Amino acid sequence: MSTKLSQMIWGLLFGVVFGFLLQKGGVTRFDVIIGQLLLEDFTVVKIMLSAVAVGSIGIHLMKGFGWVQIKPKPGSWGRNAPGGLLFGIGFALLGYCPGTIAAALGNGWLDALAGGLPGILIGSGLLAAYYPKLKARIFHLGDYGDLTLPRLLKVNDWLVVVPLIAVIAVIFWLLERAGL
Amino acid sequence: MNGLTEIRWSPYVVGCAIGVLSWFTLLVSRHTIGCSTTFARSAGMIERLFRGRKVEQKAYYQEYKLVVDWQWMLVIGMIIGAFIAARLSGDFAWRWIPDTWASVHGGNIPLRLLSALVGGICLGFGSRWADGCTSGHGISGAMQLAVSSWISALCFFAGGISAAFLLFRVIA
Repeated sequence: MSTKLSQMIWGLLFGVVFGFLLQKGGVTRFDVIIGQLLLEDFTVVKIMLSAVAVGSIGIHLMKGFGWVQIKPKPGSWGRNAPGGLLFGIGFALLGYCPGTIAAALGNGWLDALAGGLPGILIGSGLLAAYYPKLKARIFHLGDYGDLTLPRLLKVNDWLVVVPLIAVIAVIFWLLERAGL
Repeated sequence: MNGLTEIRWSPYVVGCAIGVLSWFTLLVSRHTIGCSTTFARSAGMIERLFRGRKVEQKAYYQEYKLVVDWQWMLVIGMIIGAFIAARLSGDFAWRWIPDTWASVHGGNIPLRLLSALVGGICLGFGSRWADGCTSGHGISGAMQLAVSSWISALCFFAGGISAAFLLFRVIA
């Protein structure tokens, strides 16, 4: 079997696991996503920060062993801030994100299928159409390339990973204590 | 296993499992989990059906080729995985309007579809502007400690929280 084909199958299998987990986590539900954005239900934050904590240990260990390479996405204020804020507005209106909408389709949500999915396709296509203009005028503003927090702070990766996990643990403790 | 038929799992268990999953995607496939590029490629593929191969010449689709790639398969897998999970717990159902939406804005289906469509447009445009979404930046990029991803993720929530309070608390 060719590498390309086997990787496509791996992609599909990893997707099945990811979609399964998102559904069991409850984030295929609009109510859970909006509950998070209204700061009433912290399921989304708990899932994301648990994944970041566990993931960061593993990928930095594997990077240390030389098993994998990590390629952080390059970015800039002009790309990440306006894009991120606009994304947030869409997140609140739609109640799904590009990942959870795929899982919401599998859960039978028709607002995702008939409204959200065409919307995301139109929005992505529009960005592709305006890409040359935005790239020339806005995307380069405040460029920081593929900077990482350890390089920004000029410290070893673990001096960010370990305190980050400690902060995440404190956030979880506070959330549980507050009954959220 | 009893857990497979439960509707909801602890968010901590789910999150940790997604963390472990991301070790394996990186180790086995040399990819990190992300979703939004797939929608951009798909939008281009649909446009190509109508307008022909000249669509491939657009600068954006020169960078993100109109091909079915690893991430495209990941997203298809996610639909299947969520379907399996929902069926196992009996949580699968065809539904139009989520409860929170209905409680504030009522049961009008076209209104809900319009909000989903407009939201989707902002989400698609914004995710490709920011070069990532809640999974690509918010989970995968954040665990790689990328500055671009932390700034994006904070903006996702800043925009989302503001808009949600407007939509569900101020207007309502």
